[in-house]
Amino acid sequence: MVTESAHEFETRDLLLNVGPQHPSTHGVFRMVMQVDGEVVRDVIPYVGYLHRGAEKLCETMDYRQGIGFMDRTEYLASMNAELSYVMAVEAIADLQVPDRAQWIRMILVELNRISSHLMFMGAFGVDAGIIGTPMIYGWREREAIIDLFEEITGDRMMFAYFRPGGLAWDVPTNFAARVQEVIAAVKQGIKDLDGLLTYNEVFLARTQGIGVISAADAIDFGMSGPSIRASGVHLDIRRDEPYLKYSEIDWNVITATEGDVFARYNCRLQEMWESVRMVEQCLDRLEPGLIMPEKMPRMLRTPPGEVYVRTEAPRGEYGIYLVSKGGNRPYRLKVRSACLSNLQALKQMSVGQYVADAILVLGSIDIVLGEVDR
Amino acid sequence: MPTHLLGLNTWLDGLVRVLLVVLLMTVTAMLLIWAERKLLGRFQARIGPQRTGPFGLLQSVADALKLIGKEDLRPRNADAWTFELGPYLVFVPIFLGFVVQPFMAGFHIRMLDLGILYFVAVSSVSIVGWVMAGWGSDNRYAMLGGLRSAAQSISYELPFVLSLLSVALLAGSLNIDDIVVGQAGVPNIVWQPLAFMIFFIAALAELNRAPFDIPVGESEVVGGPFVEYSGIRWSMFFLGEYAGLFITGVFVSAMFLGGYAWPFGLQLGIGFQLLLTALKASLLIFLVIWIRGSMPRLRIDQLMGYSWKVLLPLALAQVVVNGFVLVYGLPRIVLTIVGLAGVVFLVWVTERAVRRPRVPRPAAVALGSEAAS
Repeated sequence: MVTESAHEFETRDLLLNVGPQHPSTHGVFRMVMQVDGEVVRDVIPYVGYLHRGAEKLCETMDYRQGIGFMDRTEYLASMNAELSYVMAVEAIADLQVPDRAQWIRMILVELNRISSHLMFMGAFGVDAGIIGTPMIYGWREREAIIDLFEEITGDRMMFAYFRPGGLAWDVPTNFAARVQEVIAAVKQGIKDLDGLLTYNEVFLARTQGIGVISAADAIDFGMSGPSIRASGVHLDIRRDEPYLKYSEIDWNVITATEGDVFARYNCRLQEMWESVRMVEQCLDRLEPGLIMPEKMPRMLRTPPGEVYVRTEAPRGEYGIYLVSKGGNRPYRLKVRSACLSNLQALKQMSVGQYVADAILVLGSIDIVLGEVDR
Repeated sequence: MPTHLLGLNTWLDGLVRVLLVVLLMTVTAMLLIWAERKLLGRFQARIGPQRTGPFGLLQSVADALKLIGKEDLRPRNADAWTFELGPYLVFVPIFLGFVVQPFMAGFHIRMLDLGILYFVAVSSVSIVGWVMAGWGSDNRYAMLGGLRSAAQSISYELPFVLSLLSVALLAGSLNIDDIVVGQAGVPNIVWQPLAFMIFFIAALAELNRAPFDIPVGESEVVGGPFVEYSGIRWSMFFLGEYAGLFITGVFVSAMFLGGYAWPFGLQLGIGFQLLLTALKASLLIFLVIWIRGSMPRLRIDQLMGYSWKVLLPLALAQVVVNGFVLVYGLPRIVLTIVGLAGVVFLVWVTERAVRRPRVPRPAAVALGSEAAS
C-alpha cells in the first residue's frame, strides 16, 4: 500500500486503520483506509470479529432452538430474522400458519422494522456529527416499541417468539390498544427526527451527492433493501414474492433515484411511514383465532429436502437456506445476510470521498455486525 | 487608569487581579462543563448529571478529581517534548486572553490600548498547541486532527479579525474598554449585524465548536489531537476549551452587545455591570451549546470554502462600507441597512450552497418486479 518514495518530496498515502474499536463502525467492523490528505484512495474492509458460528450451531440443535440463534445474528431486528427462519422451517415441514398468527407476525415485524430504522436514524445522525441528540430521539421511540415487545415476548432484544407453525403464545388482551399507543408515539418520533435531520442545512450539505452508487452497480454487488432502492431499483421482496399477508394490504415501495447517502437515509425515513400504515391496517384485520396449527407434533421433524426462503428485513434480503435430511434438526443452515452483501459496495462508494464522508457512507449502509459475521 | 485594588502597589495589585481571574476562570470552566452537560441533556430528552451535589453541580469537581487520579500516559513513540508541552500551549494563551476582558468598568487585569490586537494575537497561539499535540502523539487520528485544526483556525482567523476591524473602525479605537464605553447608547450589533454574524460564526470555528468541530470530530478522528492524552493533561484541553468558550462569550458581548455599558449606561453599580456582562455572555454560550446539540459537523472542504468564499469577502465588504460611511460622514443608519442586506445575502448564499440540485442518476431499473406485481 505505502509505496517507497522515488523522489525526496514525493508524498506517501497514509494508512488509516478504522476500527474494530472506533465509535463509527457500528460494532466490531474494521476497515483500513488509504488516505491522501483527507481523500480516501482505497478501502479494505475486514469482517469476522463477531463470528460466532451461528449457522453451524443451528445444525446441532433442533428446530426450535435455532430460533434463538437467528435473534442473535440480526440483533436490531430480531423479529425479521426469526421470521425468515421459521418460514424456512415451515416451508420444509409443510406447515400452514393460522391467519391470526400471520397478522400478529406482520405487526411485530413491521414494528421491529421501525425500531431498527429509528436506531439507524440515531446512529447516522451521530455519524454526521450531532452530539447524541438524534441517538436519544431515536432511542426514545425505540424504547416504546421494545417495551411493547417485552410485554408480549418477555424479552427486549432476543425475543424467540415466533415458532415454526405460528407463535409461542398469544399476545396479551390489550395488544391492540398498546400497539395504537406505540404507533402514536412513533409517529411523533419520526416527525421529530425528520425535523432534526432532514431540514438541517448542514445535514443536507453533508449527505447529498456523496457515496453515489448507480443502479447497475448496486445490482452487481447484490445489494438489497433500502440501500438498493435508494439507487432506483424497484426491489422489495414483500411485494415481489408476497409472504405473510403483504399482498392483502395497501402500501408502497419507497424508492429514490439519486443513490447517494441522503437518498438511502430518506428511503428509510419514508419506509417508517409505510410501516406505520401497514401496522394500522394489520390491526384492523386482526381477529381472534388460533395461533398455531391444530395438529402440531411435540417434536418437529422434517422430511428430507432443501429450501431457500427470503424475507425483506430492515436491511434488505434476509434469506435462509435450509437443507434437511430428515430428523429434528437442520443438516445445513446458511444465512444470506443483507448487510454482508451491502457492505461489498463500501469500497465502490467511498473511494474518492473525504474521510468524513466515508464514515457517513458506512453509516448509510446501516450494517449490523452480528448479521455480517453471524 | 483603573484604580488600584485594596490600595496596593502596582505589582501586588496586578498579582491579586491575576489570582482572582485564574480562580474565577477555573470555577467558570467547571460551571460551564456542568451547564453544557445539563443543557445538552435537556435538548436530548435526558436529565443530565444529578447525583453529585445539588442538581449535579459537583459533577465537574468529581470529574476533575477522577482525572487527577488517572495515570498520565505517554505513548512510547510519542515525541516527548511536543507531546508534553502541547496542552500548555493550548490553554495558556486562552488564559492570557483574559487580561483584556472587560467585565465591568475599571476591572480588568490591564486595559491595553491595542487590546483587540493583543487578544487576536494571543488567542491564535493555541493553534500551535493543537498541532504540537497532534504531531507529538504519533497517532494518525491525532495528526489528522491537528492538521485540520491548523487549517481551520488559520482560515477563520481572517474573517474573525476583519469583523473585529469593522467594529474598531466605528469606535475609532483598538482599546476594548473604549469600544464598550462607546456602545453606551446603541450596541454595535445594531450598526454591524453582518459583522456580528461573521464574527460569531468565526468564533465558533476558532473554538472548535459544532458545526466546526472537525478537529475533534468524535465520529471521524475520535477526539483528534487529544486521542492519546489522559489524566491531567487531557483535562487541560478541556479546561482550555471551556475557558475559551467563556472568554469568547464575554468578548462578543463586549464587542457587539454593549458589554457592561448597554442598556443601563455607565452609571450602573459595579455588581450590576458584572451581572450584565455575565448575562450577555451566558446568552451567547447558551446559543453555542444549543447549536452543538442540533448541528451536524461540516466537512473540511465545505468548512474551508465557507470561510474563504463566503465569510471573507463579506467581512472585507463590511470593512469597505464602514470606511465609506466614516470618510464621507454618511448617517449611521446606512450601516444598519447595508448590514441587514448583507445578513440576508449571507443566509441566501448559505442556503444556495446547500440546496444545489443533485445530479440525478441513470433511470430506475426494475429487477423483475413489474412482472411479479
